[in-house]
Amino acid sequence: MNRLQQLFQQQQRDLLSIYYTAGYPNLNDTLDIAEELEKAGADFLEVGFPYSDPVADGPIIQASSKQALDNGMTLPILFEQLKDLRQRVNIPILLMGYVNVVLQYGVEAFCQKCQEVGVDGCIIPDLPMYEYEELYQSTFEKYGLSNIFLVTPQTSEERIRKIDRLSNAFIYLVSSSATTGSNLAVSESATAYFKRIADMNLKSPVVIGFGISNKETYQAASQYASGAIIGSAFVKNIDANNLKGSIKEFMGQFK
Amino acid sequence: MNYFVDEKGYYGDFGGAYIPEMLYPNVEELRQQYQAIIDDEQFQQEFKALLKDYVGRPSPLYLAKRLSDKYGANIFLKREDLNHTGAHKINNTIGQILLAEKLGKKRIIAETGAGQHGVATATVCALRGLECVVYMGEVDIKRQAPNVARMKMLGAKVVAATSGSKTLKDATNEAMRDWIANPVDTHYIIGSVVGPHPYPDMVAQFQSIISFETKKQLQEQTGKSLPDYVLACVGGGSNAMGMFYHFIADESVKLIAVEAAGKGVDSGFSAATTTLGKEGVLHGSRSILMQTPDGQVVEPHSVSAGLDYPGIGPQHAHLFKTGRGLYASITDDEALQAGLLLTQYEGIIPAIESAHALAYLEKMQFKAGDNVVVCLSGRGDKDMETYMKYFNL
Ligand SMILES: Cc1ncc(COP(=O)(O)O)c(C=O)c1O
Repeated sequence: MNRLQQLFQQQQRDLLSIYYTAGYPNLNDTLDIAEELEKAGADFLEVGFPYSDPVADGPIIQASSKQALDNGMTLPILFEQLKDLRQRVNIPILLMGYVNVVLQYGVEAFCQKCQEVGVDGCIIPDLPMYEYEELYQSTFEKYGLSNIFLVTPQTSEERIRKIDRLSNAFIYLVSSSATTGSNLAVSESATAYFKRIADMNLKSPVVIGFGISNKETYQAASQYASGAIIGSAFVKNIDANNLKGSIKEFMGQFK
Repeated sequence: MNYFVDEKGYYGDFGGAYIPEMLYPNVEELRQQYQAIIDDEQFQQEFKALLKDYVGRPSPLYLAKRLSDKYGANIFLKREDLNHTGAHKINNTIGQILLAEKLGKKRIIAETGAGQHGVATATVCALRGLECVVYMGEVDIKRQAPNVARMKMLGAKVVAATSGSKTLKDATNEAMRDWIANPVDTHYIIGSVVGPHPYPDMVAQFQSIISFETKKQLQEQTGKSLPDYVLACVGGGSNAMGMFYHFIADESVKLIAVEAAGKGVDSGFSAATTTLGKEGVLHGSRSILMQTPDGQVVEPHSVSAGLDYPGIGPQHAHLFKTGRGLYASITDDEALQAGLLLTQYEGIIPAIESAHALAYLEKMQFKAGDNVVVCLSGRGDKDMETYMKYFNL
């Protein structure tokens, strides 16, 4: 059992997860940010490895990804930075990025490295379920990695059931039909969708992400799920000149 | 060997639908319905009627006499440049707009580089009275002002893609993001044989009219339906796939695809994907693309905006890898010279994209009597500024 699976076994409510882009604002901030986020109360983290064409992302993460690439971030460099991960950070870590970067690194090499440095799972939004099952699942399992699938308001019930069967950590519930960073309106249709999923009694815990930006939206989402993921709002708030301070201040609102 | 799509959406190692879950329902709806819609008799009647009466098909197959004398073979030009809006792009947009109507979609989005596909999309939206939004890189909007004006005049909203390198690939990303945000009422008309399955197959079927007509016209003009060679330029590869489609199964027909070498394949300013690229995933399919060792997509270069794309469609990747097609490249200079040559030998000013295919004739060795078909994918009106600058006209 990896750290992520352990976490969900111990805690099924009010989890707070933060996404940030590795290599942003500076190339070597990756572990400092992770450490600071753990101190400030984050329950698990998603570390984005940047890609030139992030179609599922809105303007803020597009910009942080571009800056990270301009800073020279690559997957080999990220794994090098993560060598000390488990000396410094205890909470579960997911890597999040697009499939082409993983393909070029090599799927098996990628999974092996993840295990070596202590990464617990991945979110690869453009890796389809069919390809995952046919080509990737056995490798992911061999190295103890959890693959996290996304569910959207348009995902059919049948498909959600299948995703539930394939999941071994949690399901990532995308809050609305949008790319990352659009503000979540806690509307009736959004809560109806969250309720619909909650009522399906899935075996996997559900975490809500996309558009969660502050305490209010975090709490609203948390009512219907095991917790929520904050990405763009956190990335936007990072101050390169006051890295730790800006992280502390952002996280303070959730105390 | 199967050169067409299999039931999983693959062409050998290439294809598939590498899309985020947010796009899955849209793409799945298309996947389930596209073939039944296309095969429907009423759809075929409407499609063919519009191609005939609105686009002006069949496009002529013209035996270019002076060019034939020069190269020592029978050089036929498939005149897609004579289509309404000036290129092959409209074959696809007519097909997709009818399909979008059958799916009950009210809003159309598209990406465009040079603006040819954007104009072809805006045109069919005006024709059918549908809302149209075209994404175009900020850099391209500045380079292609006349086409931007055409789209606006046709009633389309042109939205600048300001992310990444601000060109065609970024316009494609923005169109995909729009589709993510508008999953129910919107159809995305992709402009080439790229994107997630079923797009490459669907666009190829709509463009296959090119080789369908060519076969008949060759039979009438030469007494044989099969040529020795067919040539076409490749950006994403839609005119080439249309030109190849009905000849793929006949292995005696040599298929030649011409990519843009830009300033030379080793210059760092090139779009010769099969030479410079590696297998990977871009815009929803596994294919060959130009990328860094770390998998970041590399910005291509070509004098012709329509070939300025870092990938090729998955079916082309398959034809390339299996050796069924020959993939070559032509530099900016060679293409521009070939454009001038056609103009002065035959009185036809070609699009610079198409001129890449023509330029490859220089590099070939023919036997007397060889029948060669070149897809003249578009006309050169849009390229006059480039020709003027290059030749000091
Ligand atoms: C005249 C012409 N030919 C060719 C192309 C390249 O597209 P494809 O490779 O899909 O045929 C374009 C694209 O804009 C074009 O306008």
